[in-house]
Amino acid sequence: MNNYSFAGNNSPDTKSDCFVAFELRKSGGNVIDIKSKVMALYGKSIHALAEDMLNFFEIEHGHLIIEDTGALDFVLAARIEAAIKLQISSNKDYLLEGSAENKKPTQKEQFRFSRLYLPGNTPKLMISAGIHHPNGLILDLEDAVAPSKKYEATFLVRNALRNLNFYGAERMVRINQIPKGLDDLKIVVPQYPNLILVPKCEHPDDLIRVNQAIEEIKSQHQMGDFPIWLMPIIESAKGVLNAYSIATAAMNVAALAIGLEDYTADMGTRRTTAGTESFFARSMVVNACRAAGIQPIDSVFSDVSDMNALAENVKTSKGLGFDGMGCIHPRQIAVIHENFAPEAIEIDKAKKIVLAFKEAEENGLGVVSLGTKMIDAPVVKRAQRTILLAIKTGKLEPNWEDLT
Amino acid sequence: MKKYDNLVKNAVGRLVPTVINGEQHFPYKGVGMHRPTGKKHSPSISTCIDYPDDGNKTVASLKEALIKSGLKDGMTISTHHHFRNGDLISNQIFDIAHELGIKNLRWFPSASFPCQERMIKYMEDGTINRIEGSMNGPLGKFVSEGKMSGIGVLRSHGGRYQAIQDGEVKIDIAVIAAPTADAFGNANGVNGQAACGLLGFALGDSQYAEKVIVVTDNIVPFPCVPWQIQGNYVDFVVKVDQVGLPEKIVSGTTMITKSPDRLLIAEITAQFCEAAGLIYDGFSYQAGAGGTALSIGNYFGEILRKNNWKASFIRAGSNKYAVEMLEEGLVGYILDGQTFDLDGVRSMRENANHVATSPFTSYNFHGKGNFASMLDVVILGATEVDLNYNANVVTHSDGYLLHGIGGWQNTLFAKTTILPIPLFRDRIPVIRDEVTTICAPGEMIDVIVTERGIAINPLRQDLIDKVKNSGLPIKTIEQLKAEAEAICGVPEKLVLGDEIVAVIKWVDGTIIDAVRRVIA
Repeated sequence: MNNYSFAGNNSPDTKSDCFVAFELRKSGGNVIDIKSKVMALYGKSIHALAEDMLNFFEIEHGHLIIEDTGALDFVLAARIEAAIKLQISSNKDYLLEGSAENKKPTQKEQFRFSRLYLPGNTPKLMISAGIHHPNGLILDLEDAVAPSKKYEATFLVRNALRNLNFYGAERMVRINQIPKGLDDLKIVVPQYPNLILVPKCEHPDDLIRVNQAIEEIKSQHQMGDFPIWLMPIIESAKGVLNAYSIATAAMNVAALAIGLEDYTADMGTRRTTAGTESFFARSMVVNACRAAGIQPIDSVFSDVSDMNALAENVKTSKGLGFDGMGCIHPRQIAVIHENFAPEAIEIDKAKKIVLAFKEAEENGLGVVSLGTKMIDAPVVKRAQRTILLAIKTGKLEPNWEDLT
Repeated sequence: MKKYDNLVKNAVGRLVPTVINGEQHFPYKGVGMHRPTGKKHSPSISTCIDYPDDGNKTVASLKEALIKSGLKDGMTISTHHHFRNGDLISNQIFDIAHELGIKNLRWFPSASFPCQERMIKYMEDGTINRIEGSMNGPLGKFVSEGKMSGIGVLRSHGGRYQAIQDGEVKIDIAVIAAPTADAFGNANGVNGQAACGLLGFALGDSQYAEKVIVVTDNIVPFPCVPWQIQGNYVDFVVKVDQVGLPEKIVSGTTMITKSPDRLLIAEITAQFCEAAGLIYDGFSYQAGAGGTALSIGNYFGEILRKNNWKASFIRAGSNKYAVEMLEEGLVGYILDGQTFDLDGVRSMRENANHVATSPFTSYNFHGKGNFASMLDVVILGATEVDLNYNANVVTHSDGYLLHGIGGWQNTLFAKTTILPIPLFRDRIPVIRDEVTTICAPGEMIDVIVTERGIAINPLRQDLIDKVKNSGLPIKTIEQLKAEAEAICGVPEKLVLGDEIVAVIKWVDGTIIDAVRRVIA
């Protein structure tokens, strides 16, 4: 198999994926060999896809071997394309018909309580991730992908952005650290991602470069004013100290996230449950974000089996001022939502303020008061946001005003 | 002799043979439409003249017992599957038969397991003509590819008892592997190194077989109590060094699923049951030992606890989680058909409210009632369901016979049958235009719960009404099918051979479907 290129996975526990080997030959026409767990039901369609791709890349003589464990078409296509492109140079992209849903823009200020990391080269974990309803799904090209798999992962992530059902979650990609991450953008940006996570961000210049690349690609692909938000991840001492200038580096920076594993390593300390070692960093990020008017997002909680500890962690995080948190397992999503959601006492207070504000407006009063207390505009704004959150997290009926 | 003959279209529209392995059978006629006639089967009358007064029926070896039982060509040999993949005895029976040059046996296990892969060799050399029982793993593959001489017959646990009782299957020699026995033949599953909890699957075999052999590695002085198998039915007792491999009989721990998608299915299932008012003080349910089912049991426990309710009984497959609920007082009784872990075995030994049952008490359709129909809720799996809610549990979508029916068909008679299943498995959609094999007519399936939505059988308008405003993702089965196909692609039509390799019995002994040869 000296002249073959490979893509995909075929370890014994692989599911919903495939392994592809390809050899470019000088003669003999195209030969396609398929071994599939779903041969009886999808054998013909897999063969047709493979044939179409060989034609698309103008391969006349080649041997394509597919070992399939139930990969969806967009996964098969990504693997085949990666294997082929390791042997020929082509600037063509083989794209399956994408879903219109996957071109929907998102808002800068939309809720980002939870964002679920998905390893960018593991299709099995992607397929049903959206049904757990995280606010965002991150296709990760950085730490969750082994260096030798980075190339093929970009095709899988690209195809997932077009063809995966995100079930309404914001479509996010974590690119590699700048400058390598700039190459990722070329493949990812034309697929209308909503948000790009920029890892190990230490300086606003990183974001300037990211934005330059994004704008170039957007205009090349005639993407108009489709918004692509940035979420830089602060993961070092330097990043923490530059937090505010990073947060204000560009108008499309929607949030700052903090990554505590790398940060504590950089600080020469260790992550603890109490988290005192990161108190300064977390506070800096929250402060920077609030000053810049964007969302502060907390680090992931890595013990996926301990939901009580996670709940405590979320409460602390909310207490510090964070608006959301990363997750690495779908079961963490509900716990994060539940604990970031406003508490009953907050909702009650917010309801009173919102009603008082409404009444003042109706009566043409410039000043809102509740009892004997005057209420400032920012307080009203916060109360309105609390109400929105409460509705969003199922803590309050959307028609609560009619019910009061 | 033709392997099968006289094909007719049955009440679910499937073409099935009515002559199988030279014997006459009825086609499926509809739920509750077949009325049996005649008398039950009776083995020959025995007399104490032939048995030792001191009650010592031990013989030196299994071989001697089989020879003394008159083992000869064409006989039916039965075994049970309480030892699951740790069974050491079934293989030995056929090793001996092979050694004696016996041919054409019918093996009639209550279920087969991968550890019995050796039977393939004996099917190839003619020692075994056919298996009538569940066919899993390698045996299922062998049969599906049309390599078995006779036609396989798959029955539910209740259907197996019914077939024995009705004389449809006359057992010549029943070999009952027992964790503990006395020399008289009294036996149980609660004690001994191979403890498996109970021996209910062997009850019918002991009552109706012509000859009964108990094999154990733990002989205790008379009386062996409890006597789950009564020595008065037993001809010979054999002591062996080891009767089964404990680590493969019961697992140390049964585990709740860790898959987030399956946990979500379990959670939605419990929410559905709660919203539909199926759970109440005194309700009863049955759930299997799979990871999803265990998790549903856990959620049921939470609902009971929250409301300060108590379930009247659980029908099980018992395991640690059911035992914890019993011990916490969340349920009154466990009526246990087979025990899946060591906590289950301990509880059955120690707790009078953890009761051994059998296919006779729980499932036999030709009896004066059974327990299954008294259940409020049963949670079952399926490999496929079609748009008419017909369900398949024995074959995969590629046509291979890979699972037994177990108690699955029998428990369909519960008041509400719920199938919590993923919408697709490794690209294979579960909801199909037509199932590969019909094991249950659609009228018996009430609810399908998937991670992407719930479909309720239109026949259950009462349930549809109850969950209307629950906020649960209720969809039609057509919508669910379309959703799966949007993700996986529309599956190609499966092409199978014409030749029939096995038939599927309904609970009343009629033939509901035939399994056709896979073109490998």
